[in-house]
This record gives sequence, structure tokens and C-alpha cells, in this order.
Amino acid sequence: MRGSVWDVIGPNLTLLVISLVAFSAIIYALFLIGSRASVRWQEWLRYGIFLGPAILLLVVGLIYPALRTIWMSFMDARSENFIGLDNYVWAFTIPEIQIVLRNTALWVVFVPILSTLIGLAIAYMTDRMKSAAVVKSLIFMPMAISFVGASVIWGFVYNYEPNDKKPEIGLLNAIMRMFGFESQNWMLNAPLNTFLLIAVLVWIQTGFAMVILSAAMKNVPDEVVEAAMLDGASNWRRFSEVTLPMIRGTVVVVLTTITIGTLKVFDIVRTMTGGNFQTNVIANEMYAQSFRQLNYGQGSSLAVILFLAVVPIIWYNVRQLRLERTER
Amino acid sequence: MADTARLRLSPQQKKRAKDAFSSPVASAVAVVIAVLWTIPTFSLLVTSIRPEKDINTTGWWTFFVNPSVSFENYEKVLFVGTGVNPPMFQYFFNSLAVTIPAVIFPITLAVFAAYALAWFDFKGRDAIFFSIFALQVVPLQLTLVPLLQLFSQGLVIGGVTIIPDLGITGTYIPIWIAHTIFGLPLAIFLLHNFLRQIPRELIEAGRVDGANWFTMFSKIVLPLSIPAIASFLIFQFLWVWNDLLVGLTFGAGSKSVAPMTVRLGEMVGTRGSGWEVLTAGAFVSIVVPLIVFFALQRYFVRGLLAGSVKG
Repeated sequence: MRGSVWDVIGPNLTLLVISLVAFSAIIYALFLIGSRASVRWQEWLRYGIFLGPAILLLVVGLIYPALRTIWMSFMDARSENFIGLDNYVWAFTIPEIQIVLRNTALWVVFVPILSTLIGLAIAYMTDRMKSAAVVKSLIFMPMAISFVGASVIWGFVYNYEPNDKKPEIGLLNAIMRMFGFESQNWMLNAPLNTFLLIAVLVWIQTGFAMVILSAAMKNVPDEVVEAAMLDGASNWRRFSEVTLPMIRGTVVVVLTTITIGTLKVFDIVRTMTGGNFQTNVIANEMYAQSFRQLNYGQGSSLAVILFLAVVPIIWYNVRQLRLERTER
Repeated sequence: MADTARLRLSPQQKKRAKDAFSSPVASAVAVVIAVLWTIPTFSLLVTSIRPEKDINTTGWWTFFVNPSVSFENYEKVLFVGTGVNPPMFQYFFNSLAVTIPAVIFPITLAVFAAYALAWFDFKGRDAIFFSIFALQVVPLQLTLVPLLQLFSQGLVIGGVTIIPDLGITGTYIPIWIAHTIFGLPLAIFLLHNFLRQIPRELIEAGRVDGANWFTMFSKIVLPLSIPAIASFLIFQFLWVWNDLLVGLTFGAGSKSVAPMTVRLGEMVGTRGSGWEVLTAGAFVSIVVPLIVFFALQRYFVRGLLAGSVKG
């Protein structure tokens, strides 16, 4: 078995090394040509060498495919005949897809709100805490874990043992049994299963919210908070009337950023349930339509819907960031 | 002035304020949440080093009453394949081989473009910069199918071959290019913002000394932008290493190029992959980003703060 592994890795390693060497050689050569060229030539060469590759890649690899997907969303499954808005009618009328849209809505509502609330609470509680660094890094750690890895981790927490003579090895069911409840197959139980999947993303995103909100809280001047202290404001009032209003802009940015990430969530659903048991979401259904059913029309229409949902949020986010920058 | 004077606190008052802030209850709650947050990952690690028989018959928490350690799971998942599937070791290599160029290529091209957009004076510069910035809006999903077709069929418009089929499907190359393309808008945007801050006098002094645009890049601009590059490097590294969608689609289903995330996802889906293999496999795939995370947390945070709008 080991022998055959090296049979694959060998050529792959060769390709890797050759590609890296070739890339460096090309860059080096371009620089050599550029700096040896006459001044008049240099004026032109600098655009081609510095700006050319990025622009070319973006036009061919991003702009053209995006436009083509939009075009394909008005075509049939094999992109051969124009069928108008049929794919969009399909997306908004088929009961199956309505569950997909409903689930996506659940994700988009709960993930940003829960992550931001918990992140905000932890950021505030640890704001002046001694040795908060350890606490924060533990909560932040899931950010470094892939969605697939997180799915395995949580799949184990949610594990179900059908034979009730055997002990539960999943933490959640073990706790259920400990308190005298019946253990259950969580992933089959709709709509609870969607919320259990949502919990995985909340687990990941809370650290992100905490880190960014915590950085914002550090910018609230000590004097302001201390003045509120002297006025005898309670902890809650200090938070809601002093700290929160001062970091409002950042809260909005965190909420919108998590919302965008949530809209595109694909890995967790695909890994944990495969989109079955009424847990499907747009990004996973888009993948399924395009790469399983090979229905490019319907897959593309879902991609466009995703895009249309993202645009206003990013637009709002950018505006908010601009406001923040001008305020400072 | 009067206001700030009123706000000055005596040392005692300051201490009292500090004490009230670090309320023991709040700290205790924070610690409890941190523990809760860590338990799932911790249980994965503990399970992965238990013997297979123990894992499937008792909860991982019994490990502390009855500890028995075995690295057999790791040996099995890393070096023994299952039927048609090669061992994890090969996918680990693939993850490395996918990630290294998929980090180097976009950053190199992005520094170039950012330099040009920040310091070359030409018509339409702002329009180009704004367009690149706006491209961050495009979700991956919107480009997948046509980009994949470009790799597998080339580009033919009206019978004229503009890009031929290069025969690179099933190698790392489409994955590298796809990651490069998707990483570019954010990288250019961030690095541009950084390069803009280089003092104009420095650039002008270089021009007066007769340095051309190329030597100026390598002698002045590149050394100055190392910190910004480092921050983005970590961000892009974690993004690529943890990615599933790009590896899945642009790997064209080839086992010989698929990264670990793809294999792990597959293992979850197949019956017969017990927890002993899954937990060990998952830990192998998350250990590299975890090391990077703990070692370079500060830079990671910086990259994250700047790059959180990535599409």
C-alpha cells in the first residue's frame, strides 16, 4: 500500500516543484526584461507586468464566469435553450426548494444574532478581566478549524446509539439519558436538526464576533466608563448606555459579515446530513443541482439568488465601514 | 478642559472601578463558556487516542477514570488505505501541495497589482480599483460551473478557440488557479490600502535617483510591505487549507489531488468509517491550522479584522 502512495505523490511532488520554480522563473524573467528595457518601453511594460496578470485572471476567471452563470440561469438544464424565468419560478414554487429557502432564512436569522450576542457578552465580561487571553483564545479557536472538521467534532457530540442496551458515546445523548430522557437520533428530527447544525456555525463564529467586538471595546475611552461608574450606574446600564452605543457601528459590521458567511454555508450541511431530513440550504442545493443533477439552469438560478441576497448586505456593510472611518 | 478635570479619578477610585469591572461572577461565567466551547474539540482529541474497542463501547469521558492510550487509530488512518481509497497521508500531502502555491500565487500577483494601482498614475486607475473592490461581492457559487468548463473545455466563442483545452483537469493546476482568482480581489484591496501609506517622498526620491519602476518595487516597496503580506498570508493559508468547495469542484473528483477536507467529508458520508478513524482523521486535518493559529494568533486577528468581507 505504501508503495502505491508514493506512486501518486511522486509525480504530484514533481508538478508542485516544477510549478513553483516555473512561477518564480517567469516573475524573475519579467523583472529582468522590465528593468533592462529602454525607458520608453518600460512605460508600457510596467502596466503589462504588474497589472496585466491580475486583470486578466479576474476578467477571464471571475467576471466572465459570473456573467455566464447569470445567462445560464435563463437557459435549460444543458444550457441549450432559452427558457426565460422558468428556473426562478421553479426555485420559488417547488415545495422542496421552499424548505431550502426557509432553512436558509433560519440560518441567516439565528447564526448572526446568536454569535454576535454571545460574542458581545464574552467580550464585555472579559474586557477588564485578568488573564482573559486564555479564555478568549479558547473561544476563538474554532475559527481555525475547517467546517468539515467542525462537522466531525459535532457529529460526535450528536452521535446516536440505536441499541438502548449499549451506552451512548455521544455527549448530548449521554446527558439526555443521565437526566432520564430518551436518547434520540438528532439528525433525523426536523426542524430541530437544522438548529443543531446552526449551533455548529454559531460555535465557530462566536469567536470572530468576540475578537472584533473586544477590539472595539478597547477603543472606548476609560474615562467615559469610569465616569459612569462614579455616577453609580449599574453594570447593565453601563453596558447598554455607555459601551454599546459607542461600538454600535462595529456590531453592525459583525452582524452583516456573519450574515454573508452564513448565506454561503455549504460544508456543514453537506457533511452532517447531506442536505437530507429537511436540512437543506441554498448553497448546498446549488451544488447538488449543478454537480449531481447536472441541471445547470436550476443550479445557476440558485447561485444568482444567493448573489442577489449578498449584494445589499455587503453594500450596507461597506457604507457602515465608511461611516466608521469618517467618524474617527 | 473642565470636563476632563471632572473625570480625573483618585487612585483609590480607580482601583475601586477596576475591581468592580473584573467582577468574579462575570469572570466565572466567561471561564465556563470557554470550557463549554472547548469540550467538543477536546473530546475529539481524547477519542482519537483511545483504542477502537473503548471508543465504541464507552463514552470518551470514561477515559479519565480508565485511561488507556493507543496511537493505532492514527497509524490506521494515516498509512492504511481502505479499498479504493488511499490513506490520509496522501491527502495530507495534497493539502500541502494545494495550499502552498494557492497562497504564493495570489499574493504575488496581488502585490504587483496593488503597487500599480497605488503608485502608477494613469487614466481609469480609480475605476479599475473600484471594480476590483466590487468583485468581492461575487460569491464563489456564481462562478463555479463556467470556470470549471473553462478548465475542461477551454473557451470557444463563435467557433473561434480563444482558450484551448489545456488538459490540466485532474491535476492541482485548476485548484491553484481557482484559489488564486478567488483570493485576488481581497488581497489587492488590502495590500493597496497598505501600499498607499508609503510616503510619497520615498517614491519620488527613488524616481529622482533614477530607479525604474521595477527596481523601485524590489528595493523599496516590497521590503516595506512585508507585515501586510504576512497578515494576508495567514488569512489565505487558513482559507485554502480549510476550504472544501473549491477542492471538491476543481479537483474534478480525482483522489490523487483531493485535499484532506474532501476526504474527511467523504469518510463521514460512508458507513464503515467508525469514530476511531473519523476522530483521528479530523485531528490530522485540523492540527496544522491549529498550530498556525496558536503560534501566530496576533497576525491572524489582524488579517481577520481586515479581511472579514471575503466572498
